[in-house]
Amino acid sequence: MSTTQYLFAGFGGQGILFSGKFLAYKGLTEGKNVSWLPSYGPEMRGGTASCGVIISDEPVGSPIVSKPDVLIAMNLPSLDKYEDAVVSGGIIFADSTLIERKVNRTDVKVFYIPATGLASENNIPKLANMIVMGKVLAETNGFDNEEGVLSALNKVISAKHSDMLEVNLNAMRIGRDY
Amino acid sequence: MVVFDKPHALADVPMHYCPGCTHGIVHRLVAEVIDELGIEGKTIGIAPVGCSVMAYDYFNCDMIEAAHGRAPAVATGVKRSDPNNIVFTYQGDGDLASIGMAETVHSAARNENITVIFINNAIYGMTGGQMAPTSLPGQVTQTSPYGRDVNACGFPIKVCEMLSQLDGPEYLERVAVNNVKNVKNAKKAIKKAFENQVNNKGFSLVEVVSSCPTNWGLTPKKALEWIDEKMIPYYPLGVYKDRSAE
Amino acid sequence: MSDKVLMKGNEAIAEAAIIAGCRHYFGYPITPQTEVAAYMAKRMPKIGGTFLQAESEIAAINMVYGVASTGKRVMTSSSSPGISLKGEGISYLAGADLPALIVNVQRGGPGLGGIQPSQSDYFQATKGGAHGDFHMIVLAPASVQEMAELTVKGFDLADKYRMTTMLLADGTMGQMMEPVSLDFDIAETVEKPWATTGTKMEREHNIVNSLFLQPEALERTNFERFERYKVVEENEVLYEEYMMDDAEICIAAFGIAARVSKNAINEARKQGIKVGLIRPITLWPFPSAQFAKAAERVSSIISVELSMGQMIEDVKLAVEGKVPVTLCNRAGGMIPSPEQVLEAIKAANNGGDK
Repeated sequence: MSTTQYLFAGFGGQGILFSGKFLAYKGLTEGKNVSWLPSYGPEMRGGTASCGVIISDEPVGSPIVSKPDVLIAMNLPSLDKYEDAVVSGGIIFADSTLIERKVNRTDVKVFYIPATGLASENNIPKLANMIVMGKVLAETNGFDNEEGVLSALNKVISAKHSDMLEVNLNAMRIGRDY
Repeated sequence: MVVFDKPHALADVPMHYCPGCTHGIVHRLVAEVIDELGIEGKTIGIAPVGCSVMAYDYFNCDMIEAAHGRAPAVATGVKRSDPNNIVFTYQGDGDLASIGMAETVHSAARNENITVIFINNAIYGMTGGQMAPTSLPGQVTQTSPYGRDVNACGFPIKVCEMLSQLDGPEYLERVAVNNVKNVKNAKKAIKKAFENQVNNKGFSLVEVVSSCPTNWGLTPKKALEWIDEKMIPYYPLGVYKDRSAE
Repeated sequence: MSDKVLMKGNEAIAEAAIIAGCRHYFGYPITPQTEVAAYMAKRMPKIGGTFLQAESEIAAINMVYGVASTGKRVMTSSSSPGISLKGEGISYLAGADLPALIVNVQRGGPGLGGIQPSQSDYFQATKGGAHGDFHMIVLAPASVQEMAELTVKGFDLADKYRMTTMLLADGTMGQMMEPVSLDFDIAETVEKPWATTGTKMEREHNIVNSLFLQPEALERTNFERFERYKVVEENEVLYEEYMMDDAEICIAAFGIAARVSKNAINEARKQGIKVGLIRPITLWPFPSAQFAKAAERVSSIISVELSMGQMIEDVKLAVEGKVPVTLCNRAGGMIPSPEQVLEAIKAANNGGDK
């Protein structure tokens, strides 16, 4: 029996909500209980974006992720804001292209992925989120089975953008193998 | 041979209107038109809040009593529920041009396929003679006891002129019922407003300049003369919009 | 069984309404419920339904009144300030005994307030919400699945009792995604001989009306209506009990507050504190009997709310002073944390000897 609480944070346009939705669907396709809760605010563009995803063997109680087991920080303000909230023994994934400082906590595991840099090197500038996601899956959820990943991607990428399936999967491979 | 009879669409019940009030005439004209078009069985009328609040008892078609000013919104719902039905509202000046102005303007802008009968008698009748959005400059009412002061309470609203600026509405005409000739014209306009709906042409409003002898403090006869002397010069009769004729 | 899909609560409401046969939606944009309108705007034109963005909340509720008068299933949705504007129409719907579904995805108030989740429209929803003697049936979902199921149930109850049903959700419920199954049992269609659909010259005219100038007649409609309400109170109370079998402390909470409370209860149980939850699913009719029964054996009740304490009044009325009822709350768009609820449980446990 286990419950993992993820918090994705960054700025609008980084695909934060999409990442969370993908992960929730990955949980759902594996028969887990899941919830996805975005923060919502008056800004339409360029503001902060975050969402909490819970994947659990038990029914999900509160969908609010205030003490994440896993923090995915896609920019510095997000790391500043949520670093202290992560549970002891938790994991932080940081986009080290955009976050120059190191994580201060010593009681958490940290992965630095220069996702934004890797994304532009690989000519997929909008997929830094999925590069990080590849690492997140590999470290927390399992990324040995690409079929499972694809079936979750199928749920979040509409049929008319099916050419994006392979592109997203590739992005995740880059993150996994980094 | 019957030469004069009650229209079938008009219920055979005593009306509560004051002696000399022109609501009775307009009710009859609406009922005659419903009879002539043979639409009573598929007509739904919306009564307002105001003197004609109990119009739901006076027509034999299905009737709905709406909240004050909301008749065009209610009519929108009824019409959208079954566009084959014929839906009309019957509203006074306070209802249509004050508290319900937003509903009036927007149903016109949507060219909602309904018929609006608008009674303009320049006063709130049911509550006892207060100033209406259409009360004339200088007109004495219970809430403008020294005469309507346009500096303090603004100018009357000319509904047909205002709505005619919109692209939406199909047909806008102002008529009166203070003499035989005007009554005949009013009947023609009301009939057209219903026919437009039958023919899916859209929002049709007939403004009927009416009298309120009780609250104007005039005899019924003087009240009809006052329409000619005061009301019609401010509210000229005529067609303000008729898209199909354009 | 159909596959579960991830849906936002607001979208689940909209899709469930369509499945329930609702083909008329009228609304006005307001955060955090706009997804309902957006979903309806997309779907309704494709299934021959009506989506209309009204000029105001007032117009929207009166369009609802118009469709409801014709006997068809109809809904509107809004958030707190918008519901206040709909108040007039809600009273008229009650006065004319018209069935309709109104969704309130609550946000903090009063006034323009904020856009974060709240439960501070409890009084407004359960005590009438506008002028005159009346009730709405008030359903409080605590999951996306319930957002969908209670939407369907809301239409069924509205038709069955000729009442307006309010789905009282909050910003969290509206915005969150959870797996949802859209397999529903739809109740049999209720005949509506009172509807204004045109006489077809085959019957006396129908009148939909809330005006009764004779007080004797108006009193009679009120008495008759409240007889109907009594039947609803006897037959339609819904609630969930969680770990109440051996509970010594009882939490009262609905919606998101109940979800947070479950976390706190699980933690308290690990620490050996016997605490359970009664979650009202119908806020009106209120599960008073269940709280009265609980009061026979628990030492205290904690009402957990996203308000300054509104439901707590109904809990207190239900237990008639037999046990202390305390409040654990946040307001203005804030949500109590499981830790805060756990502290309240511990405090009740320490001072809990009767």
